[in-house]
Amino acid sequence: MYSRKVMDHFTNPCNVGEIENPDGVGEVDNPTCGDMMRITIRVEEGVITDIKFKTFGGGAAIAASSMVTEPVKGKPLKETVKITNKDVAEELDGLPKVKLHCSLLAENGLKAALDDYYKKISYPYFIM
Amino acid sequence: MREIYMDHSATTPVDGAVLETMLPYFREKFGNASSIHQFGQEARNVVEEARERVAGFIGAKSSEITFLSGGSEADNFALQGLTSAYSGRGKHIITTSIEHPAIIETANYLEQNGISVTYLQPDKYGLIHPHQVEDAIRPETFLISVMHVNNELGTMNPIGEIGAIAQNHGILFHTDAVQAFGKLPIDVVAMNIDLLSASSHKIYGPKGVGILFIKEGTQIDKLIHGAAHERNRRAGTENVAGIVGFDKAVEICENVMTEEAARLTVLREYFWNKIETSIPDVIQNGHPTEKIPGILNMSFKGVEGESLLISLDMKGIAASSGSACSSGSNKPSHVLQSIRLAPELLNGTLRFSLGRSNTEDDIDYTVDALSEIVERLRAMAPVS
Repeated sequence: MYSRKVMDHFTNPCNVGEIENPDGVGEVDNPTCGDMMRITIRVEEGVITDIKFKTFGGGAAIAASSMVTEPVKGKPLKETVKITNKDVAEELDGLPKVKLHCSLLAENGLKAALDDYYKKISYPYFIM
Repeated sequence: MREIYMDHSATTPVDGAVLETMLPYFREKFGNASSIHQFGQEARNVVEEARERVAGFIGAKSSEITFLSGGSEADNFALQGLTSAYSGRGKHIITTSIEHPAIIETANYLEQNGISVTYLQPDKYGLIHPHQVEDAIRPETFLISVMHVNNELGTMNPIGEIGAIAQNHGILFHTDAVQAFGKLPIDVVAMNIDLLSASSHKIYGPKGVGILFIKEGTQIDKLIHGAAHERNRRAGTENVAGIVGFDKAVEICENVMTEEAARLTVLREYFWNKIETSIPDVIQNGHPTEKIPGILNMSFKGVEGESLLISLDMKGIAASSGSACSSGSNKPSHVLQSIRLAPELLNGTLRFSLGRSNTEDDIDYTVDALSEIVERLRAMAPVS
């Protein structure tokens, strides 16, 4: 049912955990299926230097969480805001149709964390 | 890798002796049971022998057994066939919110065609109480359909008492006994059952065979039209090999049912005790006493069911889940919702259904795997 890549990310997810005193926190959930995600980020001079996630959800949700955090590390904020759930699903070699919303959770989690960071520094730009 | 199958309520492997009995009926004894020549007569004889055995197993007469394709067809036949035969007389059906989709979806379909349906809600153990059935009866009620054993929880309904209520009110009583047949003694006369659905592949027989028991004198219209097979109740050439296999599977159940039920009860209690001592924050679902031996349904707080299932599968363990994300519909199971399971437990539910192949050693391996998996997934989840 899942691609090899999904299974790999599910078995050995990257960036699991929580950053202490993070610069941005994103907490999102999917009320329909009960999935929850919390992303914390460290930002230094406009660059995401660290990112960690915690997710309650199925295989797709955990794999998508891992996948959304991976390319973000070390990237300037400007580039990361463009990441969509489509990118995440593609990077995972596709997701079953009924699981696409799990990748949306990951996208929203990242955006919420960025949003939170922008709010903290009073930057007049919001993503959500 | 080790393979442990603990999903016997979904389906069972065909017993070796059952398969051996079936094989000649694919090649040498391939006749059509409706043919007049010796090939046909040979097939006819074994079909009738099977009918007799299956009937005897539930205390019925062989003329009351209709062979068909399985549980879903039996449920559809019962509900649609009776509704059609009673059109103009009966307008109301009583069933429950925890039935198999073969009943619920059929009842929904009948509702679209002008039948009103009451879906009784079970208690927190998944049990339907006889007084609920009695209270729901209206003058226009013609059918009560309550499952014998719930497939997710293993909870056993008081079918005999419900049957008596139906009889007192002159209402037909159907039970979907797919999860009870071959596991519990059933007596259609003592339990006042008018119609009963059962399936072969849940009892180590082949897939694609089942029965609908229809009490003598019951008026029912056909679901499958065609030639006059099965006493003109169900058209279609008999699945002779399947029926022979079903016969053998029932014969084995007759011999091992009591002792296997006792063994599985011990095994399930062993399983649960081990879970309780090795994993925190887990509850058992289903009725504490009124349940079949093989099913252990549990909810793990803070863990998602599909993640549990995939992780178990990677360790060679097959179970199933009622969680939203494993269902394909992204909605939690209607049964777990009906017993009003707390939201934080709803999506962390696993069903293990034990069967003939399972041993204490399987349980040890599974509990070790499970406690490791639960710990890993809990560490990965945000604290809510």
